[in-house]
Formats: sequence, structure tokens, C-alpha cells
Amino acid sequence: MTIETTTAGILALIAIMTLVTLVTRFGGVFLMSFVTINPRIESFINTMASSVLIAIIVPMAFSGDAGSLAALVVTAVIMLAIKKPLPAIAAGIAAAGLVRYTGITTL
Amino acid sequence: MNATPYSYQLQPGKVRAEFFRLLPISLFVVAFGAAFGLAAVQKGLEPLQALLMSTTVFAGASQFAAVDMWGSEVPLIPLIAVVFAINSRHLLMGASLYPMLRDMSPGRRYGLVLFLTDANWAVSAQDYQNGKRNLEVILGGGLAIWIAWIIGTWLGVYFGGLLQDPQSLGLDMVLGCFLLAMALGGNKSPRTLVAWAVAAISSLAAWKWLPPNTHVVVGALAGGAIGFFWLEKKPDHEDQVSAEEETSA
Repeated sequence: MTIETTTAGILALIAIMTLVTLVTRFGGVFLMSFVTINPRIESFINTMASSVLIAIIVPMAFSGDAGSLAALVVTAVIMLAIKKPLPAIAAGIAAAGLVRYTGITTL
Repeated sequence: MNATPYSYQLQPGKVRAEFFRLLPISLFVVAFGAAFGLAAVQKGLEPLQALLMSTTVFAGASQFAAVDMWGSEVPLIPLIAVVFAINSRHLLMGASLYPMLRDMSPGRRYGLVLFLTDANWAVSAQDYQNGKRNLEVILGGGLAIWIAWIIGTWLGVYFGGLLQDPQSLGLDMVLGCFLLAMALGGNKSPRTLVAWAVAAISSLAAWKWLPPNTHVVVGALAGGAIGFFWLEKKPDHEDQVSAEEETSA
């Protein structure tokens, strides 16, 4: 099944995308309202929350070029060293720019 | 009004402060928005349609993926599948906020998660790990990012590639570096580190062998399973330590 990209069709597609995204924003909250939060569930939620970030970042590091890997490594090192997010992020971005400027694409 | 059973009250001053706290990252969101706007008009969307999509969908990665599928026709089921898969991390993010959201009326609760996105959620989750309840950043920070995303899209559709090559400046890595800094700023107990290792390995395996865009949910649930089976002993949870020696006064 396809939708033609006429004006009405595009509006329908945007409406569908909005609805699907809304389901994802509401769905987790809605499902949790049926769950009793005990220490085990809370422990699951907390560990899952920090794992979301790792699960976004690690494949990003492996699928990107040398520049994106450099950005993440530099951010991690500085963040662990001085524990201040803004300098860590700025240095990471600068590292990506620098590595790409040198023309290195893979390590 | 005073009889409300919901204890979490958003503080307007803190909402404003969180708006400004996320303004720096929002500047980069403008750049991504411009890239999206440009991609959208190149694929044949009218400027107003691209703006409408950014305003109502407000989920960048899925919008890029959707316009990638654009042609004279768009296949409906694959579009729904891709948008759902990419945005499925919202399910987990929303669930993780529930211990705070349940202290709000359902109307406010669902109104608030309209603004749920990676960056403001990462700040809120990090604060929660450090013992601070911060839903204000979801609203204030979310507004900053939402407005930036719309402005960026507007710039992109009308003025095109302001930045010829944002990648050469490393701008594509802003969100990744931001999320990484947030993750590393949280608590790093042995349990968390084991969960991270499990999450890293399973997300990589899913990325390699499972259908596209499933890696975030797979990795996060695998990491969460560590937390489910490995409980940290907290003296304030008496049911957890009843069998242990109570040392605290």
C-alpha cells in the first residue's frame, strides 16, 4: 500500500508520522501506569536509562568515520578527567573537525 | 485546587532556567534542522509541508529517514515501520521518567512528554541518577529544542545549505558527544559498568545482525536486565536488606 505525494497525500503522511511518533512518546508512560514500581522495577528502569545512551552511542562510534570515533573518545576522556560536559563536548567536536581536516577517514 | 493528590509541581522559574540551559545545544539543533529542511525540499516537499512535519513530528532521525523514502509515492507500511523503529527509544525514555511522572496529573504527564527528545531526556535522566527530580528540563529544554528545530527547518527550506559541509566542522557529532557526556556524568557503580558493557555488546550485535534501527531498544533492554537481576543494596529499601545485616543507624 502506497500513498501518492499529492498535497492531501503528503498531509496524510505527516499526520501518520505524527501519530506513530506520538504513540512512542506516550506508550512507555502509558504502559508503566499498569506496573507497580518496586525496587526491582526501579533498578531495571535506572539501569535501562543509562543503557539507552550507550546503545545509541556505541554503534554510532563503530559505524562512523575516524572523525566521529575521535569525537566520542575525546569527549569520554575529558568528561572522565574533569567532569564538565561543555568543555568535553566542545573538545569532542573539535577533534572530529581536526581529524577530518587531516583527511584521515578510517583508523 | 489545593487538594490535588499529585505532588510534582513544575516550577516556572526552573522551567525557564532549563530552557536557557539547553540553548547552547539548541543552536546545533538549528544546524540539523537546516539540513533537514534542505533535504526535504530537495525530495519535493513544499516548504510549509516540511515545516509542518518538523512542528508536529519533532523527531529528527525519523524525519530524515522518512524523506529518504520520498518519491511520487511513499510505501505506507515501511514508512510506519521505520518511523516507529527509530522512535521506539521514546518508549523506554518515557518509561524511565515514570517514577517522576506518576506524581503529576495524567493531563500534565502526557502534555509534558510531547516535548520528550534525546537531549532533554538525557539531562533529566542524569539528574535523576544524581538524586535530583528534574521534569522542568523536559518542558523548558524541550521547548528550546523544539523551537530550534522549527527555526532550523525554516532556514533550510528557504535558504538551503547555509553550511556547505557541517560534517567537516564535526557538527554531526554534537548530539553523540552530548549524550556521551551525560552518560558519563551519571553514577558509575560496578553494576552500571556491567550494564553498559552488556548494552554496548548487544546493541552492536543488533546493529550488525538484527533489522535496522532496533539496536537502541535491544541494547537498552539488555542493559536494563542487569539492573533487574542485580539489585543495589540501599539501606533505605528495607525489604532489600532485611536478610542482610543492618549497619546504618
